Amino acid sequence: MHRYISVRVLSSSTLSRPSSILSSLRPSSCSPSSFLCKRSYTTNTPPKVDLQEEYVATPIFAKQEVAMPTYRVMSSDGKILPGAVDPNLDREEVEKIYKMMVTVNTMDNIMYDVQRQGRVSFYMTSFGEEATHLGSAAALKMDDIMFGQYREVGALMYRGFSIDDIMNQCTSNQYDYGKGRQMPVHYGSKKHNFQTISSPLATQLPQAVGAAYYQKIMKLNACTIVYFGEGAASEGDFHAGLNFAATLEAPTIFFCRNNKWAISTPSHEQYRGDGIAARGVAYGIPTIRVDGNDIWAVYNATKKAREIATSEKPSPVLIEAMTYRVGHHSTSDDSTRYRPTDEVEHWRANHNPISRLRLYMEDKGWWKPEMDAPLIAEVRQHVRSALKTAEAQLKPALVHLFTDVYDTIPQHLEQQKAELEIHLKKYPN
Amino acid sequence: MNTRLRLSTLSPLQHIIKRSYATTPTITTTNNNINISPDAPTKKMNLFTAINNAMDIALETDPKAVIFGEDVGFGGVFRCTTGLRDKHGANRVFNTPLCEQGIAGLAVGYTAAGGTAIAEIQFADYIFPAFDQIVNEAAKYRYRSGNQFACAGLTIRAPYGAVGHGAHYHSQSPENYFVHTPGLKVVIPSTPIQAKGLLLASIRDPNPVIFFEPKWLYRSAVEEVPIDDYMIPLGKARIVREGSDVTVVGYGAQMLVLENACNLAEQKLGISCELIDLCSLLPWDVEAVEASVRKTGRLVISHEAQKTSGFASEIATTIQERCFLSLQAPIQRVCGLDTPFPLIFEKFYVPDHLKNFEAIKQVVHY
Repeated sequence: MHRYISVRVLSSSTLSRPSSILSSLRPSSCSPSSFLCKRSYTTNTPPKVDLQEEYVATPIFAKQEVAMPTYRVMSSDGKILPGAVDPNLDREEVEKIYKMMVTVNTMDNIMYDVQRQGRVSFYMTSFGEEATHLGSAAALKMDDIMFGQYREVGALMYRGFSIDDIMNQCTSNQYDYGKGRQMPVHYGSKKHNFQTISSPLATQLPQAVGAAYYQKIMKLNACTIVYFGEGAASEGDFHAGLNFAATLEAPTIFFCRNNKWAISTPSHEQYRGDGIAARGVAYGIPTIRVDGNDIWAVYNATKKAREIATSEKPSPVLIEAMTYRVGHHSTSDDSTRYRPTDEVEHWRANHNPISRLRLYMEDKGWWKPEMDAPLIAEVRQHVRSALKTAEAQLKPALVHLFTDVYDTIPQHLEQQKAELEIHLKKYPN
Repeated sequence: MNTRLRLSTLSPLQHIIKRSYATTPTITTTNNNINISPDAPTKKMNLFTAINNAMDIALETDPKAVIFGEDVGFGGVFRCTTGLRDKHGANRVFNTPLCEQGIAGLAVGYTAAGGTAIAEIQFADYIFPAFDQIVNEAAKYRYRSGNQFACAGLTIRAPYGAVGHGAHYHSQSPENYFVHTPGLKVVIPSTPIQAKGLLLASIRDPNPVIFFEPKWLYRSAVEEVPIDDYMIPLGKARIVREGSDVTVVGYGAQMLVLENACNLAEQKLGISCELIDLCSLLPWDVEAVEASVRKTGRLVISHEAQKTSGFASEIATTIQERCFLSLQAPIQRVCGLDTPFPLIFEKFYVPDHLKNFEAIKQVVHY
């Protein structure tokens, strides 16, 4: 005799039908050894006792046997699936999104080569994950704070961070908002409400909770989204972030890009549970797994997550977006050393988020395949010229080696600055 | 060693060192770094009450200020947050789950968004899980963002130091790990009056501050503390007593020990000690110590933290760089031993007043 997990999905009727998700979790699909207790979670009332306590006379070791289902709106050829809801964005918005995805992809192609030529010191591409960036960013508002990991440039660009801004940061010139202090792709922009990226992984998760908590008690009617990969989710800060978000009821959207690879470590070596999604449930957080290469699934899920987060009773949400890292981890990586090229090619060809959206647009009569080439050519032109301009700019003034360590330069640092100036007078080259 | 025999003849609890504040000379007479009228109204407060008062004022005057950490809701394990939740609300004074990296990360994000966070780490010994968030994130937040963002309103408070029976994990002095991190400020008060002013200054300083509170003094240090809102400037040392023969430098609970040593030196050998309380370790008041050493020519530095690479090494090196020719004797460091903080051997481990007296004697008679 076994019971089943009843997972009540927090969804409005416009989004999906709960019964189709529940059906995959009915007793018939559970193996006898799985022990599951009946529970439901809503954001309306915090239960005094989280779960119904039941006592059993036989020791049953619980193990999840059925994976959480993956929410999908479009088929691989861009058709809306039965039961799914087309967000029905207007043509202008959809074109903007599509062009931005192509821009990210095209820019990444160029910048990867640019690094190889030695013109920038480092770069990270986002091939295959463009839908995770654009789908989520398009569903949020500018008041929502963004924390990234390092592979979300499309989200930042959707908000208005320009190709020039990117080139300035990557070439570390005087127009870099970060004043040339960090490696390329460590973007940050107050103007675009995007917190500056740092290299340590997952540190941004509890930070996002702090920012979200601030938004909550200051009644800003906004939320915070934080992006991270499935590898970063192994860090202790992931646990800290989710647990704090749940206990503090902070309006945080945890957005995991599960792209199956953490440098050379495949997800089978990263975790054994049901991905990252199963963990959200364990923290008491409403969780959804989505097809990360289906931009409308990402969009719908993020939009709903925002509603949940910013509702009268704020709650964090976890979204696990299943996708694939088509490119190398970074320009310091050669992924042919650890994974088969046909695997990469399979994902690039058959699960391409950009072509999926294009097919959707073609169905609507909003796009024709021959419009791609001129778009790409235009983007390439723009990127190349922006890069050339950025490279020609001056680097930040030397004083900025010493500024911003604190709000003002302390005495001991003034002294070191003076010593460096003397040294440079002696050795100007 | 003879000491082994000695110990075994003691009753079981006698090794727990009791310091009686009542019988030790007060170090509260010199609060020359406070800009407050001597007639200002005061109230008898101990260290945790003074700290509580500072946080109360902080929350009163800054609507974006919040306090969080383990067990702060009911008042905290050292009672520093007593009454604050009732007064300011559960959304502003709240418990977090038991996770220091989460506490620090939460504080980083809350302040990056524009708030003021007073985060409590229950014991400085447990600050290490938060080390990444403090050193890699909080300290670098302003610099790496090009000054677009900063953890300006961030203060992390933690009880530190010997308590008589704390051993490895309730006695540590980890201040030097943080002094080594550009972007942070490190502040260590020595008395209730100093603590209130320094804590208010730390909370309001637009940089992340680590504030270590000498737990030994939470209950035992009592004085008449001004009830008004006042601050003591960070980065400035306090001259506790003036002298001419030797400069003695310390901070935190060690000031009591040093005062004992200075008194002993005066009584037994007629040595006039100039005693300096650093108050802040990062940045530290180089000028004040240098000026004193130029006058006395001799320097003794003392802290509970281990000797090797302890903060005394920073002071000693900087002073010899700046006034080498003023020195009449090698600089003395009287510190904790290079061992984990032991339980039964605490009395031998700590740099007590006798070790400091010997160091003072040594530099003066060099």
